[in-house]
This record gives sequence, structure tokens and C-alpha cells, in this order.
Amino acid sequence: MTQSETSPSPGGTKRRDLLTTATVTLGCAGACALAVPFLNSLKNPSATTLSDKTLEVDLSSLAPGQDMTVQWQDWPIFIQRRTPQMLAALQTPAHIATLRDANSKMPQQPKDATNWHRSVRPDYGVLVGICTHLGCVPSFEKPGSAPEAEGGYSCPCHGSHFDAAGRVAQRAPAPYNLPVPPVTFLSDTKIRIGHSAGDPGFSMSDIQQI
Amino acid sequence: MPAPEKTSGWLERRLPVMSVLRREYIAFPMPRNLNALWSFGAFLMVTMAIMIASGLFLAINYTPDITQAFASVEAIDRQIPSGWFLRSLHMGGVTMLFACLYIHIARSLWYGSYKAPRELLWLTGLGLMLMVMVTAFAGYVLPWGQMSYWGATVVLNAAHTIPLIGKPVSELLLGGETLGNTALHRLFVLHFTMAFAIVAVIALHVTALHVVKPNNPSGIDPVSPKQTLPFHPYYTSRDGFALCLFLMVYAGLVFFLPDLLTLADNYVQANPLVTPRDIRPEWYFAPFYAILRAVPSRLGGLLLAVGSLAVLFALPALDRSPTRSATRRPLVRLSLPLAFLSFILLGVAGMHPPTETWLIVSRLAMAWWFIHFLVVMPLVSEREITS
Repeated sequence: MTQSETSPSPGGTKRRDLLTTATVTLGCAGACALAVPFLNSLKNPSATTLSDKTLEVDLSSLAPGQDMTVQWQDWPIFIQRRTPQMLAALQTPAHIATLRDANSKMPQQPKDATNWHRSVRPDYGVLVGICTHLGCVPSFEKPGSAPEAEGGYSCPCHGSHFDAAGRVAQRAPAPYNLPVPPVTFLSDTKIRIGHSAGDPGFSMSDIQQI
Repeated sequence: MPAPEKTSGWLERRLPVMSVLRREYIAFPMPRNLNALWSFGAFLMVTMAIMIASGLFLAINYTPDITQAFASVEAIDRQIPSGWFLRSLHMGGVTMLFACLYIHIARSLWYGSYKAPRELLWLTGLGLMLMVMVTAFAGYVLPWGQMSYWGATVVLNAAHTIPLIGKPVSELLLGGETLGNTALHRLFVLHFTMAFAIVAVIALHVTALHVVKPNNPSGIDPVSPKQTLPFHPYYTSRDGFALCLFLMVYAGLVFFLPDLLTLADNYVQANPLVTPRDIRPEWYFAPFYAILRAVPSRLGGLLLAVGSLAVLFALPALDRSPTRSATRRPLVRLSLPLAFLSFILLGVAGMHPPTETWLIVSRLAMAWWFIHFLVVMPLVSEREITS
């Protein structure tokens, strides 16, 4: 090293400063770029590979007022067959007044389920059975089993209550209605979960919160 | 700026990191006549770092169970985001690691870097090579493809021929006579553990280098400060530039030729009932595999394959000449390139089916390898006239 290369110029900079800074900057940029695939590999692969998987469910054994649970993409899916009483209870103004999001304003469902019964057909309801509070699985209250029970769901963890359409009660700690998965009716008693004929572009990642 | 100086002074009195770094990596005197072959140590360090990083991320997604191992590796290739890249980086890294390792060792042989006072540098380096070989062997079994399974079976059966201890020891280590679930799990742990053990031995190797200082192409240690240059910025920038070229080759292998050095049979899940028609080792084990095949006795083949490495360990004792660089030793200058050629020929032979021609080539090459180290080196070092 000669003296002229090391001695500071009047500005306090050295001749090699630009070279050093450029090398270090580019080196760091390269290391960051290399880190991207490494971090990328930690992502949940099911988000990319399982999302197009669908599940077909036969509903012929489901009697009015009954509820069944199936598993789709690691989620419990509640399927209920509603009685006329359940449907009537969903529409009473007194009941609607107790709900946090009675008109399903939050994007918790596909477009074809954005209605008062939050399902494709009023007589069947399909919901993701995960409480929007802290992720417990709510339990079904059979219609008529309790004074106020009209086929809703109550969460055992912190007492959140959802009506038969999965709409959350105002007094509950859960912030959102239960999510509705995309559903297509293949026949009167057979549904396909995972694809919505009424809202083909819908993806579970569009949901506000599961 | 008085505040940072205080901080560095505080650190300096307790743990002199900065002054050691300054002494060993900035002001460190390097011979000024080093050629490009002296950059391969830096390549090895970088490749090793990439191997450990990619290996850790692969291990997150790998399942060491014979029913799931193959599928989990396929999932890494096809489902895990960027998994194909990590695996390609790891597989290409093995090739780059061994290529650099062999060149690094060949350079030390040519310029006599194994001679006093660098014997321990040489021995730790050879130790690292053996550790890398064990790690590579264990790692190759993990994808649980046909080549993984049958390659490992061949090696294990060779180890079984060691009298008395061969069979009991390998059964103890692998938890059974043949490769099974226990063996796969243990090889996974071995692969993982060896990687970190290698890092520790690299630390020893580099420390030894900084004590005895690097050799140079002339083989004569620099005596005056005029014959040296400070490590930074001269060799940092030169190694940096060389690294860029090296990484270009590495990236070419990873991105454009990921299947160049892999065998199609290893993308078929291991089947203990069917041996693939043409068992071939990975290229970096081919020379030793050729020796194993060239000897008509199982134990003899194993002994000679191990012996071909053992002569390297013995080299500081076999070559007593004080002259380091082969460029100044007329006979070594002829004999050593032939030994290099023998190694390459053994490698080529190991990749081909054992026909009569390749067996003869392997035997001749193997003979020269041993003649060079066991006969030429001791004799020449006694009576040569160096230039």
C-alpha cells in the first residue's frame, strides 16, 4: 500500500471507500437475494398444493335438524340440514338485533353465500368449524335442546355463540362470523366442498379470518 | 469519535476479537507470488457454508423413515416452495466440494505443502477429506432411492469383510444386518453431526495455517516483508474475484445442469428385492470404487482402497526431501503428474462397467499410484538433484 492510497483526503474519505462500499453493498444484496429461497422453503406447502383439492360429501343420510362434521384441508367443516323453524329463527328481527354482522358484510363467505342464510341453499348450511376468536371448534346445539337453541353453535373455550347461519352474537368475544367454504351442489343430496359454482374465483385466502 | 473507541477498547480488554481479526485477516502477511490454486481453500469454505445452510433447511422437510424418506425428498423437489433450489444447491454443492477438495490436495502435493512445518496442516486437511467422504456417503443414502440403497449395501458388504470386527461393528452402528429404518435414521444423524464436526476441524485447519503461514509456488518461505502482501485488500479482493468465477460455475450446475451428475436410478424408490442393472458410484467415489473392483479379493480391494488414502497420510514421512515444490524436482515433476493421471483414470474406470479393458486400466493406474508414493517418493528424496 502506498501512502497516497491510505492517507485520508481533505474530505476524510479514502480512495478505496467507493470500491469497498460498492462491494459490501452488492455482497449484502446478493446474500439477501440468496436468503429469499431459503425463507420461501419455510412457507406452508399446503397453501400452494392443497388449495385446489376438493371434497365430495353425500348428504342423503342427513335428517332435518341434524349436523355432521367432515374434514377438508385440515379444517373441520360443519354441514347442517335446517328445519323450517331454524330458518324462521334466523329471520326474526329480535334475533338479528343481537348479531354483530347480521348481513355478512365481512368477507367471511363466497358471494353465493352472502345472504341471510349464509349458504347456497337455505335448507343446508356449510361452515368452517373454527371459532374466529382463538380457534377452538364450537359444538352444535341441537334445535330445541335449550330454550334459545335454534341449531346454533357455541364455543367451549370462551363462550362465543353463533346462530345456525354461523353469525356471531354481539355478546361473544369472537369478532367475525364463522367462515363459509366454497360449495357447489352436484345434486340434491351431494355437494362438492372446495369449489363454488356461484363464485368461481373465490379462494379460502380471500376470507378475513379463519 | 470518542464513544466507539471506548466501546472497542472495552471489548478489546475482555475478548480481543478485533485485534485478532486485524492481525490474521487484514495485516496477515501473504506470500506475494501465490497463484490461482491458492483460492480453492476459500472456495471450500464458502461451499461448506452453503452446504450447511441448505442442509439445515432440507432437514426441516426431510423424514428419516424408509416409508416416507423418498416421498419427502420428492415433496422437497416438487411441493416445498423453492425446495428444488435448496436440493439442487445441496447436490451441486457436493460436486463442487469434492472437486475443490481434490484440486486443493493436488496443489499441496505439487508444491510440497505437506512438508515441515506444515505436517499438521496436511493431516487435518486429510482428516477433513475423510470426514467429508463419510458425510457424503451418509447423505447419499438419505433420499432412499435405488442407488442410495444399493450403493450403501455394496459399501457395507465390503466393510463386512474386515476380519473379526467388520460385521459386529457395522451391525452395531446400523442396528441390523441390512439397511433398514434404524440404519436410515442413524445415517441421518451421522450426516447431520459430521457436518458440524467438519466445521470444528476446519477451525483447527485454518488455525494451523495461520501459525505456519501459507506455502507458495516456489516452495521457499518468504524471508523479507518485501516478499509478502497484507491479506487485505490484496488477497481479499483476489479471492473475492475468484469466488465470483467459482460461484458462476456452481450456479451453472445448480440452475442449468441439475441432473448432470445424478443417476436416474436414484429417482426410483429403494427396493431391497431388485438391484439396478448398472450400479455406479457418484463421480467423487469412483476412483476408490475402481480399486475395490480391480482387486479379485474382497478384503484386498478394501485394504487397497483404504491404502490409497493412507499413503497420503504417510507422505510427510515418505518424502524426506527438504525441497517442497515439484517444479524444482525433475523426477517428481514427471512422476507426480502420472499419479494425478492415475487418479483420474481410476475415476473414469469406476464410472464404467468392469470390462476387461477397464480392469487393466484400473490395475495399471492403481499400481502407479502406489509406486509413486511408496517407491518413487522415498527413493527420489534420498538421491535427487534439485534445481
